[in-house]
Amino acid sequence: MVNDSAVFWSRVLTELTLSFHILYATIGVGVPLMIMIAQWVGFKKNDEHYILLARRWARGFVITVAVGVVTGTAIGLQLSLLWPNFMELAGQVIALPLFMETFAFFFEAIFLGIYLYTWDRFKNQKRHMLLLVPVAIGASMSAVFITIVNAFMNAPQGFDVVNGELVNIQPFLAMLNPAMPTKVAHVLVTAYMTSAFALASIAAYRMLRGSKHVYHKKALHMLMKLGLIFAVAAAVVGDFSGKYLAEYQPEKLAAAEWHFETEKGAPLILFGMTDGEEVKYAFKIPYALSILAHNNPTAEVIGLDQFPADEVPPLYIHYLFDLMVMIGMFLLFVALVYLVGKWRGWKWISSKWFTRTIIAGGPLALLAIEAGWWLAEVGRQPWILRGYMKTAEGATTSGGVDLMLIAFAALYLVLAIGSIVVLIRMFRHNPIEREIAERHVTEEGGRS
Amino acid sequence: MNLEILGISVLWTFLFGYIMVGAIDFGAGFFNAYSLLTGKQRILTNVIQRYLSPVWEVTNVFLVFFFVGIIGFFPKTAFYYGTTLLIPVSFGIILLAVRGSYYAFETYGARGHKGYSFMYGLAGLLIPASLSIVLTISEGGFIEMIDGRPVLDYWLLFTSPLTWSIVVLSLSATLYISAVFLTWYANKAGDIEATGLLRKYALIWSLPTIITAGGIIFELRKHNPDHYENIQTFWPMFLISFILFIGTVYLLAARKQYGWAFGLLGGQFAFAFFGYGASHYPYLLYPYLTLYDSFTNPAMATALVIAFILGLCLLIPSLILIMRLFLFNKEYVRGKSDHHA
Repeated sequence: MVNDSAVFWSRVLTELTLSFHILYATIGVGVPLMIMIAQWVGFKKNDEHYILLARRWARGFVITVAVGVVTGTAIGLQLSLLWPNFMELAGQVIALPLFMETFAFFFEAIFLGIYLYTWDRFKNQKRHMLLLVPVAIGASMSAVFITIVNAFMNAPQGFDVVNGELVNIQPFLAMLNPAMPTKVAHVLVTAYMTSAFALASIAAYRMLRGSKHVYHKKALHMLMKLGLIFAVAAAVVGDFSGKYLAEYQPEKLAAAEWHFETEKGAPLILFGMTDGEEVKYAFKIPYALSILAHNNPTAEVIGLDQFPADEVPPLYIHYLFDLMVMIGMFLLFVALVYLVGKWRGWKWISSKWFTRTIIAGGPLALLAIEAGWWLAEVGRQPWILRGYMKTAEGATTSGGVDLMLIAFAALYLVLAIGSIVVLIRMFRHNPIEREIAERHVTEEGGRS
Repeated sequence: MNLEILGISVLWTFLFGYIMVGAIDFGAGFFNAYSLLTGKQRILTNVIQRYLSPVWEVTNVFLVFFFVGIIGFFPKTAFYYGTTLLIPVSFGIILLAVRGSYYAFETYGARGHKGYSFMYGLAGLLIPASLSIVLTISEGGFIEMIDGRPVLDYWLLFTSPLTWSIVVLSLSATLYISAVFLTWYANKAGDIEATGLLRKYALIWSLPTIITAGGIIFELRKHNPDHYENIQTFWPMFLISFILFIGTVYLLAARKQYGWAFGLLGGQFAFAFFGYGASHYPYLLYPYLTLYDSFTNPAMATALVIAFILGLCLLIPSLILIMRLFLFNKEYVRGKSDHHA
């Protein structure tokens, strides 16, 4: 006896909360690293511009962290409120990384507070810089632990089921599940990549609006280098993820690739539309799926024919897969072109249209994050715990979920508008030219 | 001591931590908004912002720690409380979200924005009320099992005098704790005006706090006789708590030793809170769920305890560092320089 509408609304509400949260969470994981790098470069080169870069990013970061923290608290509680049956089971097997995540979060929160309120307070700037190490570590570690929980849902292990009872529970084995390495690596590098491109968008936007200040050029150059490194890493890890899927979750890969029949030498399908099992207007790359799955052009790839119809994920995840991969490749290409162009002295790198392309990079990267998560999550339907518990069995039986959906949707709207308005105001009212000018006035005033 | 008791003691301690730092935080937000309304913000805002700004994020973590920990140690609570608390806790989350983010917007983004200040002041006052519902429900009598699933009876819940007494207690205790702490903090900052005003607030809110706290014990006699009887076996703890309360009020009234006043207040709430918790034993949700039948498997319990000890090794030095840099740093407290990013 399952309350169908509660299941449906629980899924919608969880999806809404997570989709909103990951935008801020991704920034929250990646930006501390960027701040740390900027501060470090500034310290090493003794270049005030990089230090100011770190300081201004940190200011904006506080706003995104605030929204990230409160929506993270929301999803943390919603897990128990919307999926009580799942959490009862998960609590027995996977509570350890959840618990460790709160420590990472705690650690980050403490040092972020200290970092923000000790500008110019330490005589030795190195000490202030070192405060960023725990912030960046804490931010990345909370992503690691929470992703481990998600990986467990995709590849549960570390327990046995005997007569419906869970026995032989091994918390560490549950954490070290096969989905963990690729998931964690992919989440981390794409978060760094997204943050680099998002911050690059801001610098490019300032340049498009006519700011000639060298500060923006330095920022853009550094971010494009970082963006390229993380984009390449994301592509490599993405390839590993494909191999993981072929091995452990073939139905997700098959649905994402519209691979209906199990066959050798399987082609990779790009774009296209599907009408039942007929794929139209698609772009087929022969043998590529076999290479993606097994590093061997003639290897056999399991198709959807091997799964009962009620265990096949929705086929629309193919579009999400395409979107994610295309954006990733595009950004890699943009960063590469920018750096080669700078090196070779191509003029058009500074043209308006290319600057606009870089501006589009940040929003596109965030879109790719969303698409990637939707792909990963919808791709494990109908399971909440693959092979053990269907989504419908995990959901709440409580009424009123639809009302809560409306309430939370209103909340996220308010938070989105609030955070955007505040961020824009913060920087429009205090452009870098003014901040540098003011700094010099106070320094000279201090000397006299 | 067995692992069940250890687990609940750790969680109860963190909940106590949340109630104390949360109360200071929520109350401060309210006083800040109230001072804007009455034109006294010149007196209060500086002291309040100075304390709150570096620690606002830390407060929230105590709460997260509690609810993640309770699922870890007592996974069945997810089933009972998760199913029944959807609506009240969702409201709590929404209020927390509005409050937390608008606090950041106001403090870091748009200093002096009145709308944001009111939002977080008001939300902060409603949060203790919405979260205290959980304590009411744990007393039993509001949840019925239908087809093996727990269902919360809202009508019964909202017409019960126990519910409203706990709501009033949570509100007045929030304002009381916050006012006593800020009196001490303002005094340390050498801000005579703010100290005077906050001291007045503290004395005003002490009375409803102690009256409702006493009243709840008597309401339990009718509502949950088992619990009432247990409370009586712990009477020395409640007596000590009351004596400490008198001590705090005396020091405040005599305008001396505000640091001690806050220390005694901490003791008062600690004795009452742990006395209440101990008398609730062994139930997590009367009469359906005890500590023992909801405890997690031994492997997970051991892993969690180890993680907890390692986590504390990180946390305690960090907390000491943040306190030395801000709370107990004379120059910072007195506001000689800000050093804000």
